[in-house]
Amino acid sequence: MGKPKLGVFKFASCDGCQLSLLDAEDQLLAVADAVEIRHFPEASSRMEAGPYDIALVEGSITTPHDAERIQQIRRDAKFLMTIGACATSGGIQALRNGADTAEFMRAVYASPEYIQVLDKSTPIAEHVKVDFELRGCPINQYQLIEVIQSLLAGRNPRTPRHSVCLDCKRRGTVCVTVAQGTPCLGPVTQSGCNAICPSYHRGCYGCYGPAAQPNLVSLSTHALNEGASAAEVSHNLRNFNVYAPAFRNESQRLTDQIKEQN
Amino acid sequence: MGNRTIKVETMSRVEGEGGLYIRLSGDVVDEVRLEIYEPPRLFEALLRGRPLEDTPDITARICGICPVAYQMSSVHALESALEVTVSPEIRRLRRLLYCGEWIESHGLHMHLLHAPDFLGFDSGLEMAKQFPDEVNRGLRLKKHGNQLVDLLGGRAIHPINVCVGGFYRLPKRKEFQTLIADFEWGLGAAIETTRWVAGFDFPDFETDCDYISLSHPDEYPMNEGVMKTSGGDLIEVSHYEEEFEERQVPHSTALHAIRKSTGRPYLLGPLSRVNLNRDKLAPASRKLADEIGLEPLCRNPHKAIIARGLEIVHAYEEALTILRGDQPQGKSRETYEYQAGEGMAATEAPRGTLFHRYVVDEAGKIVEACIIPPTSQNQAQIEADLKQWISHVISEDEQETARKCENLVRAYDPCISCSTHFLKVKIERS
Repeated sequence: MGKPKLGVFKFASCDGCQLSLLDAEDQLLAVADAVEIRHFPEASSRMEAGPYDIALVEGSITTPHDAERIQQIRRDAKFLMTIGACATSGGIQALRNGADTAEFMRAVYASPEYIQVLDKSTPIAEHVKVDFELRGCPINQYQLIEVIQSLLAGRNPRTPRHSVCLDCKRRGTVCVTVAQGTPCLGPVTQSGCNAICPSYHRGCYGCYGPAAQPNLVSLSTHALNEGASAAEVSHNLRNFNVYAPAFRNESQRLTDQIKEQN
Repeated sequence: MGNRTIKVETMSRVEGEGGLYIRLSGDVVDEVRLEIYEPPRLFEALLRGRPLEDTPDITARICGICPVAYQMSSVHALESALEVTVSPEIRRLRRLLYCGEWIESHGLHMHLLHAPDFLGFDSGLEMAKQFPDEVNRGLRLKKHGNQLVDLLGGRAIHPINVCVGGFYRLPKRKEFQTLIADFEWGLGAAIETTRWVAGFDFPDFETDCDYISLSHPDEYPMNEGVMKTSGGDLIEVSHYEEEFEERQVPHSTALHAIRKSTGRPYLLGPLSRVNLNRDKLAPASRKLADEIGLEPLCRNPHKAIIARGLEIVHAYEEALTILRGDQPQGKSRETYEYQAGEGMAATEAPRGTLFHRYVVDEAGKIVEACIIPPTSQNQAQIEADLKQWISHVISEDEQETARKCENLVRAYDPCISCSTHFLKVKIERS
């Protein structure tokens, strides 16, 4: 049996998640040696058609062409893994979902008719079956290497689903919400970044998306009791994982509440 | 002979995805298009109505390779709108952060993306089998850049420590000290790397183009300055949009830029910076430029790899000076009151000058955002240079012609995610 065939594919994204693979400087040459890289345009001019044993997919679906392209990648891939918030939840560009995309296009381009876009930015899983989702904006390169190594060893990959809060406790970081009253999404955001933001004296802003069973209503209620407005609490959920169901629903619930009150 | 087209559907070893389309009548080039179909992400529209504090975190996501550049241009522009002046301490730390990004981005481009073209490999990873020492050295340099951004920014990709007014938290001197030994090694290694790339076999090719970069009386340009041109003009950043114009073209989701007064395209990036600011390079870098005999105004785009090497050397020298300095003191960030206004800034991203302009209201919300990334400004110049280059490399072997065209495009280190994405190389003949 030959080496597993790897493909890396890009949709609407910043390139940062596939860059995480090239940023794993210490492991890069070993990983590259353990697989056959068949499609990774950012790294290699050698591009070959599928099938692929492992397909890493970065970015969200935002154009009619991309909605077709992902279907072929799925057909070619034995194991399809999304990397990052764009591929997993639609990314920051999903802020336009529910807004007027045509108006957004007019705001950026003088002749928007040259460019075809879909009304929504959607995660890969809305289009094809996804075998594993690696979270983060950006992903954690150590998690990526670990997941690839699991696959190479024939194990099912796993990443922790607990919240950022637990990682702050582990690191011994003083809670920014308790000590300074800073709003923080740590209690509802999935681990993976190593709880960086609170260690730099700022609140978590949710790069890794909702943790397992996040209690968003409880967190919102706490923030409202502390004097935050519903608009602010809703806003804090509206960034890199705005279209992840748990964040989207809570943000919508608060928005509806504001409408009712007016 | 009739017409033909040469196409490269997906260009490789560039950041983001796009292609190249060339149409020829006989051996005469009819049209060259650098095709960027990276799906638009509409950042300028989705920033509207958000608190201005969100801007550095959101604009960072335009590019995973140069997020610091987006953060720097956005905070400077917003500080200008708010009339905030940052302390010399914060200014110094911002330059340090930029040094990290230059080392990481240039290190990646030189070793994994560009060098394989000179040595005949499909990738840096394949090149590593025959040139293990050079590739490993390059990876170590790249890692240092990432470590520096990680230390000061909290993480290497999409740093979290940058805010309007400064930083969320100042670094500690003992954190700096952990990097000094590595950076001392890195400075020597960067010099070796630059000597190595300067010895590559460069095609004999020069283009007539206007080089533009920021320029500053006291330092190598990064965070501030005026725009300087190779024609000797100086342009205030506040006149950016009067001087340069972005035009939309049908084949691209990136807007094309020209200089209005000349009607000509122009080139930004490391070659322009070195051409225009060589006397401001740090001593070892300046000495190295002389030693390897780089022309005072280098017009060969393939030699941009040497300019990147010199800038890595400069970044190590400047970073070491700051890392060896005193414990950062004072406030981590300036405070400010909201006021309605407009602010602009340009800083030097690894790939060239990145311009941001914001209008904010009295409640601290973004009313309007305008972002002009370097690659979309370079696109028209890249196409003009390609037109000239094709006459040097045209042959019956279309694959070879396409490959050589792709080599030239790669020399500019286009960042297609930034300019919105997707390159294709196609050559059409009939």
